[in-house]
Amino acid sequence: MSAEKSTQPKVRVLIAKPGLDGHDRGAKIVARALRDGGCEVIYTGIRQTPEMIAEAALQEDVDVVGLSILSGAHLELFPRIVEQINERGLDDVTLFCGGIIPEEDTEALTRMGFTGIFRPGTNTQDIVDFVHQAVLVDK
Amino acid sequence: MKDITERFFEGDRRALARVLSRIESGNPTGREYMRELYPRSGNAHTIGITGGAGSGKSTLTGALAAEYRKRNFKVGIVAVDPSSPFSQGAILGDRIRMQSLILDPGVFVRSMASRGTLGGLAPTIDDVIAAMDAFGFEYILVETVGAGQDEVEIAGSALTTILVNNPGTGDDIQAMKAGIIEVADILVVNKSDLPGADMLASQLKALLSLAPPAEYEVPLLSTIATRGEGMIELADAVDNHRAYLDSSGMLQIRRKDDARHQILSIAQRMLLEHVRTGSSESKIEALVDEVAKRALDPHTAAAKMVADSVQ
Repeated sequence: MSAEKSTQPKVRVLIAKPGLDGHDRGAKIVARALRDGGCEVIYTGIRQTPEMIAEAALQEDVDVVGLSILSGAHLELFPRIVEQINERGLDDVTLFCGGIIPEEDTEALTRMGFTGIFRPGTNTQDIVDFVHQAVLVDK
Repeated sequence: MKDITERFFEGDRRALARVLSRIESGNPTGREYMRELYPRSGNAHTIGITGGAGSGKSTLTGALAAEYRKRNFKVGIVAVDPSSPFSQGAILGDRIRMQSLILDPGVFVRSMASRGTLGGLAPTIDDVIAAMDAFGFEYILVETVGAGQDEVEIAGSALTTILVNNPGTGDDIQAMKAGIIEVADILVVNKSDLPGADMLASQLKALLSLAPPAEYEVPLLSTIATRGEGMIELADAVDNHRAYLDSSGMLQIRRKDDARHQILSIAQRMLLEHVRTGSSESKIEALVDEVAKRALDPHTAAAKMVADSVQ
């Protein structure tokens, strides 16, 4: 509750679930951990299209976008999301993702611009640290 | 820097988003933007939407915005959710209820955390509203955090205040208490398909009838925001209230009240900042220790801190 903290610029993070799977427990756990880590988390809920995610990132002027996906459609959906984000000129947004993502997809996702990939069993503190680190480097 | 405000005035939404962030962080750049934007604001009609947690504020905000879109007006939405008192973090989840508006280029939704402000709003809310106003939105809907009985700040920031009630939240004595109900320009019973809605509506109606006769009578409307029911009537009621503000001269009074309030609260923030930076961390900690030990009372400690900072 210290007053010093509140004068620092706030880290804003968008947590979104693209695609059709409705299992949002993972996304909610991450959102909650980031909240407890001092971030302002814009939570969009499930079934977001690439356009909706990119538009929310623009309007909310977030520093970081985190995508949760369990359906296995990440290699289909993520490129479209990245494209929409780039189309809107949001080139300084840090991207990370989490969920059921096979190891062999790491390279493809890294090439797309995802600098953090968090799989089941990740310590949430690692995600909080990743976000703060990303913003620090950025600013 | 010139660049971004130029883009702002050309209608670039990214520039608007950036400007809002700078304003929200309260830094000198944000204040510079405000100097440029403020003279171009004052054209929008601002609507405050308040009510208890779970009363349906977000859904109603989205539904009312959709009604304004049907009428071809551009709508800015500011949705405030609480910050954590422990981590200063926040979960801003009001967009979830506004999904259908997200891809509409005539709508811009911005979530804000309350950042320690009491009263249901955020410290820079008036600046954010003014920026959206200057950007050219014709209606600006401001959704407060879930309000209890005393979060009346919204009435200072908005021209029309809508209080959203829902069934099952207490008897008519609750509604008779002073506070939030006094600042409502429009009363809504939302979720009016649920049991108890008719009872609540008649209690509120009875309550309104206790008020002395006035030039403007607060209307009571029933809505089911999830289905968009009652939004035509609600938008009409807002226009009716605006017409009253215009014709009665209240608009000028409200604008002056708002200006006074803004100046004073910004001055208050500046002074607090001045006092805080005027004393060293160790001096403040020493005072904190003394007061915590009961060796000094908080009034004397505060007076010392203020005296230190003006030297």
